[in-house]
Amino acid sequence: MKHLLSAGDLTRDEAVLVLDTAAQMAATQARENKKLPTLRGRTVVNLFFEDSTRTRISFETAAKRLSADVINFSAKGSSVSKGESLKDTALTLQAMGADAVVIRHWASGASHTLASSGWTHGAVVNAGDGTHQHPTQALLDAYTLRRHLVGEGGRVDPAGRDLEGRHVAIVGDVLHSRVARSNVQLLHTLGAHVTLVAPPTLVPVGVEAWPCDVSYRLDEVIGDGQPDAIMMLRVQRERMSSAGGGFFPSPLEYTRGYGLDARRIAALPEHAIVLHPGPMNRGLEISADAADSERAVIVEQVANGVAVRMAVLYLLLAGDQTSASSSNRSAE
Amino acid sequence: MSTAVPPVPSDETSDRPTAPGDATLVLGEAEIGRALTRIAHEILERNKGGQDLVLLGIPTRGVPLAHRLAARIADVEPGLDPVGLVGSLDVTMYRDDLHRHPTRAIGTTQVPGGVDGKVVVLVDDVLFSGRTIRAALDAVSDLGRPRAVQLAALVDRGHRELPIRADFVGKNLPTSHTERVRVLLSESDGRDAVLIEGATA
Amino acid sequence: MTTYLLRDVAPLGGERTDLLLADGVIAAIGPDLAAPADAVVVDGAGLVALPGLVDLHTHLREPGREDAETVASGTRAAALGGFTAVHAMANTTPTQDTAGVVEQVWRLGREAGWVDVFPVGAVTVGLAGERLAELGAMAESAARVRVFSDDGRCVHDPVVMRRALEYVKAFDGVVAQHAQEPRLTEGSQMHEGVVSAELGLAGWPAVAEEAIVARDVLLAEHVGSRLHVCHLSTAGSVEIVRWAKSRGIDVTAEVTPHHLVLTDELARGYDPLFKVNPPLRTQADVDAVRDGLADGTIDIVATDHAPHPREDKDCEWAAAAFGMTGLETALSVVQETMVDTGRMTWADVARVLSSAPARIGRVDDRHGRPIAVGEPANLTLVDPAARRVVDPAAQATKSVNSPFRGRELAGRVVATFLRGRATVLDGAPCDEPAAAR
Repeated sequence: MKHLLSAGDLTRDEAVLVLDTAAQMAATQARENKKLPTLRGRTVVNLFFEDSTRTRISFETAAKRLSADVINFSAKGSSVSKGESLKDTALTLQAMGADAVVIRHWASGASHTLASSGWTHGAVVNAGDGTHQHPTQALLDAYTLRRHLVGEGGRVDPAGRDLEGRHVAIVGDVLHSRVARSNVQLLHTLGAHVTLVAPPTLVPVGVEAWPCDVSYRLDEVIGDGQPDAIMMLRVQRERMSSAGGGFFPSPLEYTRGYGLDARRIAALPEHAIVLHPGPMNRGLEISADAADSERAVIVEQVANGVAVRMAVLYLLLAGDQTSASSSNRSAE
Repeated sequence: MSTAVPPVPSDETSDRPTAPGDATLVLGEAEIGRALTRIAHEILERNKGGQDLVLLGIPTRGVPLAHRLAARIADVEPGLDPVGLVGSLDVTMYRDDLHRHPTRAIGTTQVPGGVDGKVVVLVDDVLFSGRTIRAALDAVSDLGRPRAVQLAALVDRGHRELPIRADFVGKNLPTSHTERVRVLLSESDGRDAVLIEGATA
Repeated sequence: MTTYLLRDVAPLGGERTDLLLADGVIAAIGPDLAAPADAVVVDGAGLVALPGLVDLHTHLREPGREDAETVASGTRAAALGGFTAVHAMANTTPTQDTAGVVEQVWRLGREAGWVDVFPVGAVTVGLAGERLAELGAMAESAARVRVFSDDGRCVHDPVVMRRALEYVKAFDGVVAQHAQEPRLTEGSQMHEGVVSAELGLAGWPAVAEEAIVARDVLLAEHVGSRLHVCHLSTAGSVEIVRWAKSRGIDVTAEVTPHHLVLTDELARGYDPLFKVNPPLRTQADVDAVRDGLADGTIDIVATDHAPHPREDKDCEWAAAAFGMTGLETALSVVQETMVDTGRMTWADVARVLSSAPARIGRVDDRHGRPIAVGEPANLTLVDPAARRVVDPAAQATKSVNSPFRGRELAGRVVATFLRGRATVLDGAPCDEPAAAR
């Protein structure tokens, strides 16, 4: 595995290997001395064209816990003003000797462009590209799901196992969500059954080709489907205005139809857990009660994120990157 | 990254191909059993009993060996619970040669009751360059501060690259660098044997 | 002027014969013509002779974007592609929305001398879609503009479109619409469908083209005007035009070579070489436009040659410019997709790439003429049996954004004559040292 660009590039075995490795990493993070010497001397660059303190800190923590050197590069530039070009930035970083580039960018496909361009020689980790993919988020979600649904919250060791037969509902703005795209692919690869729930305006044309079900009615999915887990996606208020695309009439109507509250949580099966990639709009897609309920594993997701990202960096950087046996499957 | 979980290679780094049918049996099942029994007694003798003792096997084959030693120690010494006596210590993340091999899967580290103040006996199947044990020492020191660290190896094949020696050895086996020492254990390989392969280039 | 004797060529793919070009016209046609003393003989064995190709839709980028292309480089590329006339679109800087600017472009074309350049006039001032540009002044100018287009943008205001359709009747002009409903395509990056959903790229739905085409054919019918639709790309658009023609509406339509063969699957991999407006669509759409071209619903092939400098394509998809070059590959693509598959003959090719575009552009007194004695010697000789690998770095166009890079295409333009003067001989432009021939 040379790069991690898309959840859809991982086979079942590769995905399980990442989860199992993350479990070992998580175990080291429970100790007092959380630092490991594994990636000493390697340089990881965080190349963030989009603001995201949380994800950047998560990757930075993961890299530092493995003793890698971290360089943070925050590039100015949005879809309106292009700013310094991706190419020039990448060439500069390569001159600094990056072993891995963790890239978050507002344009879908930016990580693919970087990985296939030859502008950098290191491993490319997609930390979120436009509305396309966010593979480490899907991996940490899968890790969290497995820990609870297969590992019984830590009582059972789920090593080697996947999510066969589990039902996960993903609720929210699917159209604009890279988290949704990555999760649909990864959960399917791990044997889970996914139902997407959203108002029709927020479901992409072409979703019929995805390996999941689609529903416009959250209460039915909860009541009849009895999912083992429910993942709430962040909804942007701006999308309600006409300038933002006018995707739904008002926040209240959205919350009534698609928000997770205490009533809907109570209708879930007892063992079901609630996930959210963050940051949350308390009161919009998820009520304060729901966010703070004991079913919500949102804070744990953040901790798991560090372990999963440590696992990804380890698997991409620790082994011999030049021999055929280690890179016999490039992500492209 | 290959699609199957890569096996954890043993300590030696030989990539020379071994000629088929060239394997010599050095220790059979009975001899291995006797060596382990002797080592168990030596551990108890050296440490004046089993108090504050913990055996940490280095995956993969160090782990079943550690369990066998723990069972023998518990048999001989009254009042010792074998479960609390043994654990595993994965050293992958402390190795200094990671980038020279395909990516290794990480094994489990499980230490009953921590290492602070204890006598830790590292258990491995083959002692060769000593680099695995150096990594193990780093790993142990990240877990806590043992009173002492000792090393038990089923086979010592020489060619040390670091100033490391075993406290308890099953068999000293002089080898040439081109040879490969393979340890088979019934827990993972169906039988107990120590083999030398590839005697001549 | 040099006299040329083209030996043994097949006009429109028919019977082999000789053509004598002298003093700017076709002086004689027949087997075994006598070669005048000073004539240059061109061996036409295996070659097909076509009337010089006419492109109704080209972007020469000058004035304003000379880093991407100039009138000189673009028309040189056109000549190599077998063209003797191109219509240069108006989205330059400054916009071609006054007599002054169109005359400037027209003059640049004459000075370069590779093809006849017919500037297209903008429909609205600055392409802003709000008020009509001085269409009459442009029509009366030395450039004698007859085709008007805001291409790059859609004339989306129905009232403005209506006025334009009515106004151009006074000088037998035609409005060429870039059909793209702007609100439905805000931020669009590629065709809206299964591929865009997976890639996370904002979609450009087919209905945004079809809705405008439908509206415009009905407007044209209502005001009794003729309409031309640029770069048709969807199956639905083809059906709408077919329906309009059956009702007697005076509408013509064009398709680009890339829409005849490439699909949205090429967007996987995010290579902006394949980013274009209107976007590459599905295989069903490709099949439908081929059917439309074969049955005459689509009247012409036009290149929509859109050169861009390297930095506008060497980046992530969303930041890249829309457009593909095409002057030097158009004829080959048409040959591969339509002639070699038996759906069209060379006579049909002459129609869709020469006579029909000339008629729509009202330049059919000079271009797209029959290959007959007395007609202006605007001719193209093509070798259908040749095969060549497309190398953008070796092309005459200044820009390298060709979607056919590395692809082997059939056919090669061997010679092009503009009013009896050779602009291309032996497949090379006639500004190269004589020693090369």
